[in-house]
Amino acid sequence: MNRFLLPLGLFVLLAVVLATGIRNSPEKGLIASPLLGRPAPQFSLPSLTDPARQVSSAQLKGHWYLFNVWGTWCRECRAEHEMLLAVSHSGVVPLIGLDWKDSDEDARTWLTQLGNPYQAVAIDRNGRTAIDWGVYGAPETFLVNPQGIVVYKHIGALTTDAWTHQILPRVTASASRS
Amino acid sequence: MRLWRGRGLTLLAAALLTAHAARAVDPTQLPDPKLQARYETLTHELRCMQCQNESLADSPVDLAADLRHEVRDQLLAGKSDEQIRSWMAARYGDFILFRPRYSLRNAWLWGAPGVLLVIGALASWRIIRQRRVLLAADPQPLEEDNRF
Repeated sequence: MNRFLLPLGLFVLLAVVLATGIRNSPEKGLIASPLLGRPAPQFSLPSLTDPARQVSSAQLKGHWYLFNVWGTWCRECRAEHEMLLAVSHSGVVPLIGLDWKDSDEDARTWLTQLGNPYQAVAIDRNGRTAIDWGVYGAPETFLVNPQGIVVYKHIGALTTDAWTHQILPRVTASASRS
Repeated sequence: MRLWRGRGLTLLAAALLTAHAARAVDPTQLPDPKLQARYETLTHELRCMQCQNESLADSPVDLAADLRHEVRDQLLAGKSDEQIRSWMAARYGDFILFRPRYSLRNAWLWGAPGVLLVIGALASWRIIRQRRVLLAADPQPLEEDNRF
């Protein structure tokens, strides 16, 4: 009996390690951002709606915002747009857009035709700012708190589920505390 | 001789074609051959985040091209390989490194082969010692046992 105890114990240990690994593994293709819990990258870029103005991370300090990376070339962004409009209507948290490697003209047309959910849209023509945020596909959405810390990242089109279970609780919890 | 020369030309053509294919994705040439060598090593060591089983060097997608430019610019600015790797990992996580780095979180993974080796060595040492004791205690050598 005793001689089977050690192998059995090792087997159980291995099974537990692998099971927790599988259970906690993120959905295939989703990569945890090293930015979570860290300060959001600094940026200062021309505004899409008013090229004379700049949209910068410094202006955004002090309140919550959703940083949404999109482009008119991105089909998922089209699918996501209704959701962004709904978020914008809720008035809970402002949306800041990053128009990633896009044509300004196309982007302006897109916003006029589909509605503009953004408080401001920054133009990232060469993609440098998107790289600083660790973006590897559009759309991606980051939630940044008033201290300028990235607290949540959503990869792919923003879902009602992510909004009600991840974003809303974080923003409202902080609002009720202050 | 003629035949040989013909073959030589074919080989040369083939070599040129494959060289061309290898450069098709990334035609970047740095002025210094040493920098070029580091550039090629780095771009092969970094993962393309969009097509995740390809390196930056092999991937034709836009983001990979942007990240290759970044590697090139940082090399030209005099950054070390480690600085460039850290820069990438700070944005995309350790996942971007095909060659994982040692860290406290994955220390057990790096240490596991050593631990297993020690366990194996201890186990075999015990088995050998037990057998030796048994052999010494055996009054009859093996050859005599096998006699009919």
